Amino acid sequence: MGVIFDNLDVWSEALLGTLVLFFAGGALALVLGIIVGAMRVSPVPIARAVGTLYVSAIRNTPLTLVFFAFVFALPPLLGLRLTGDVSLTLGICALGVYTATYVAEAIRSGVNTVPVGQAEAARALGLGFGQVMSLVVLPQAFRSVIPPMMSVFIALLKNTTVAAGFSIVNLGSVRNYLSERGENAFIVILWVMVVFVALVLLLSWLQRSLENRWRVAR
Amino acid sequence: MSSVLYDVPGPKAVARNRILGVITILVVLAIIGFLVWRLAATGQFTAQKWSAFTYTNVWASILEATVATLSAFAAAAVGALALGFVLAIGRLSDHAWVRWPFTAVIEVFRAIPVLVFMFLLYYGFPVIGVRMEPYWAVVIALICYNGSVLAEVIRAGVESLPRGQSESGYAIGLRKAGVMRLILLPQAIRAMMPVIIAQLVVTLKDTALGFIITYPELLFYAKYIGAQPSVGSPIIPATIIVGAIYITLCLVLSFVANLVEKRLRRSPRVTAVAAAAQPAQQAGTDTELIVAQRGLGRHDGTSL
Repeated sequence: MGVIFDNLDVWSEALLGTLVLFFAGGALALVLGIIVGAMRVSPVPIARAVGTLYVSAIRNTPLTLVFFAFVFALPPLLGLRLTGDVSLTLGICALGVYTATYVAEAIRSGVNTVPVGQAEAARALGLGFGQVMSLVVLPQAFRSVIPPMMSVFIALLKNTTVAAGFSIVNLGSVRNYLSERGENAFIVILWVMVVFVALVLLLSWLQRSLENRWRVAR
Repeated sequence: MSSVLYDVPGPKAVARNRILGVITILVVLAIIGFLVWRLAATGQFTAQKWSAFTYTNVWASILEATVATLSAFAAAAVGALALGFVLAIGRLSDHAWVRWPFTAVIEVFRAIPVLVFMFLLYYGFPVIGVRMEPYWAVVIALICYNGSVLAEVIRAGVESLPRGQSESGYAIGLRKAGVMRLILLPQAIRAMMPVIIAQLVVTLKDTALGFIITYPELLFYAKYIGAQPSVGSPIIPATIIVGAIYITLCLVLSFVANLVEKRLRRSPRVTAVAAAAQPAQQAGTDTELIVAQRGLGRHDGTSL
């Protein structure tokens, strides 16, 4: 335990870094993902094509490469100087852009699980487009989107560690700092693993309880 | 295309869709235009920036790095498939004392970020006297993570089979091993093939993490060549070239996955299995959906 309590400053900074990456990246991913997901189910063929292109391109790109492009290739392009804040912002962008494709896919498959008959029945009752969406389709889609969306966020939490390779402080880079203080790297990394298992279990528990609350009853 | 969300558009909707289409094109063009402008403004199109890529040596090194990426992927893929089967069969065991440890191992491996696992192998193990090349750190970490994910995929495939399959196996006198080997696994693997290949794409993508623990793969070389002042520090051209190679490799593998999925969807045997697995769903579910609905993809399908 000494590894933790003697170096609380490093651990708290690292945990904060991970949480910032997680929440900011997640927020960006949600916004971008909802836009792209809407494009992918929209009646506009060009928007569908652009959405599909984006999703299939980014899904086939390693996250490390996305980080590499954002943190190493973008600053010289935009004439930025690589300070701590700039690389944190770029890291958040990389995570957001990458995770957005998975959010978009979760939304698309969620909307597609609603049977066509539901909307047809709603229209047969005389509901307008807005009513069909808000009263019939989206409430059902929302329920089936929850479990895959939580999986996306669990993956995002684990992906924040990649930022450690690009000198952005988070739980993945704790080893780096504590090695300088002469701590045992093996023990430090085991503790990092424990923290991650705990965080993932927490999110899984949240996922399960949300799933039970909004179960699809068909 | 019939969708829940909209009818066949009328004249008003057609006009509105055209406007939205034009706006989409304009936004995309603006982004591309901005990037091209910045590339041109920072002199990325000059011959000097690309001069590094006129040397045979550089391309030989890129080839070498690609081979390093692929060899780590090949070893990890084979190992992960093998481990996946072992863990899946362990978790499906009838004996609680076998099932529990396997379940624990699978859950822990899946919860740990692959990169942290690589750190443990590469930086942590030397402390307790086990030194290894970055290659082995990458391969072992990928095997452990993807093996446990594949174990869950295979398990879900077996559990989605109708009960009658194993019952009839026992009825004709097969034992547990026989039922598993001759009846359940072949069907489960067929049904889950697209998911398994998709997980292999994830494995290929994750080899890029080796860059962070100094495994000399493609990104590592891109960083190296991008920092050579003698050829004008071509970090952006290097990123473009290496990125293109990575994306092409992954796209080829994804294409194979799609091909397999299409072939499977045509095959009547698997469709029957899939339909039986999801009686509550509407007809024509795809495998990805089954995975999502069963909560299988908990935190794997979408990993790195």
